[in-house]
Amino acid sequence: MTVALAAVDVQKKIEAKFPGTTSIEKNAILVKAESLLDVMSFLKKSPDLAFDYMTTITAVDYFDYFEVIYLLVSMEKNHGLTIKTRVFDREQPSLPSVISLWHSADYQEREIYDLMGISFKGHPNLKRIVLWPEFKGYPQRRDYLQ
Amino acid sequence: MTMQTEPYVLNVGPVHPSTHGVFRMRVTLDGEVVINVEPVFGYLHRGIEKLAEERTYTGIIPLTDRLDYVASMTNNAAYCMAVEKLAGIEVPERGEYIRVIMSELQRVAAHFISMGSFLNDCGSYFTPFLLMFRERERITDLFEMVCGQRLMYNYIRPGGVSQDLPDEFVPALKTMLEQMKKYIEEHEKLLKENEILIARSRGVGILPKEMAINIGASGPTLRSAGVKWDIRKADPYSVYNRFEFDIPVGEQGDCYDRYRVRMEEVKQSFRIVEQAVKQLPGGPVRAEVPQLIRPPKGETYAHIEAPTGELGFYLVSDGGIAPYRCHIRAPSLMNLTVLRDMMIGWKLQDLIVIFGSFAITMGEVDR
Repeated sequence: MTVALAAVDVQKKIEAKFPGTTSIEKNAILVKAESLLDVMSFLKKSPDLAFDYMTTITAVDYFDYFEVIYLLVSMEKNHGLTIKTRVFDREQPSLPSVISLWHSADYQEREIYDLMGISFKGHPNLKRIVLWPEFKGYPQRRDYLQ
Repeated sequence: MTMQTEPYVLNVGPVHPSTHGVFRMRVTLDGEVVINVEPVFGYLHRGIEKLAEERTYTGIIPLTDRLDYVASMTNNAAYCMAVEKLAGIEVPERGEYIRVIMSELQRVAAHFISMGSFLNDCGSYFTPFLLMFRERERITDLFEMVCGQRLMYNYIRPGGVSQDLPDEFVPALKTMLEQMKKYIEEHEKLLKENEILIARSRGVGILPKEMAINIGASGPTLRSAGVKWDIRKADPYSVYNRFEFDIPVGEQGDCYDRYRVRMEEVKQSFRIVEQAVKQLPGGPVRAEVPQLIRPPKGETYAHIEAPTGELGFYLVSDGGIAPYRCHIRAPSLMNLTVLRDMMIGWKLQDLIVIFGSFAITMGEVDR
């Protein structure tokens, strides 16, 4: 059984290394966008967490902000964790890319860029993936009108 | 004097017999050797995630049928599991067993198609493909018996399945299982040690273990690289912990291993179906579920082992009759991530074999 790690325990470990970067949101850890890459890198490299597998990245539009959700799994330890981060800028939303840690972020970040309009800094090939390059707008946003 | 060659760009697809759908690869070649591949897709993008935001929870099931269209049952099952998790619906035992039987039969049917088309790409033109289609027909016949449909089932619903098995189903299933054993034997005799197949696929398109994990591969693609990871064992759902079965893994992660893992999985699936039929309990097949499901505010992720890999649904509810957000983790898309890295350095003819060995379904990649 893939154990869902208690967010509180993992948050303590993160806070010990990067104080003031995280908070708890139900059973997920909410990370500040600017320290996302540091925290993710810690989660991957720390031997007792060892999150080697990035299952999913997805984004939800809440009008006031975009929430980007990362589902991490450790195949070695068989446990999982949900990481969230928020982007408040609606005009030019941007986040650091995690592609340097998990290559599986490649197409998923492109998809979020394509449909939700969040750009990922550090992504080597950030362009539209399912829609054509001339397409205007980001259809997955809640306020999108055809 | 050495000959100078100039790289040139070749378009493979979007409509090409080996792309299994509408998929395009912009291949840069140096002579016959591939030096760059740029996958281009989206030709089948229907915006299913967006469409889901304006449909009721039950109204989305027909959309999920059209994701991986050769494995509709497992798509239904994954989606319904997410809804049940969100709304706190308990599935009756008989419903769970029927789901397992359907999912495993679906896995066999989907693997038959993917193996058949892979063998086609390897050069054994249409003989094994049609043999596999002939056997797959027996499974679609069974599906037709339970829900009247042969491809888009819409059979698994939140809370169970839409209707109970007809009386003639179990005897027909038993006959099918008996006859299938003979066919599998015949198929193995024909292809397991086939010289041409081995020459075309052994050692071609090797996916190393670390890379497979890092790119988020799942299903037979991941297991062929030697990673023993199957959601049915790693994170058991439904009633899978009541059955005995093994997880076949590959040795070196080449195209032949991916084919072998699928073949072994077919045998394991039949093993599960046999046990499930033996244990099949009585009782209702569907829980009492309101016509309009209004799950409480919240979000959830449910995943299953679909034929192509880990299929997951991330649902966000705002308490209304339609999901606020429905994200689909499509295994085919994730497996495609590694395509470019795997194809560079191989020859053009190997490119077709490597692509075929992934068994991508474009309906799921583009969504």
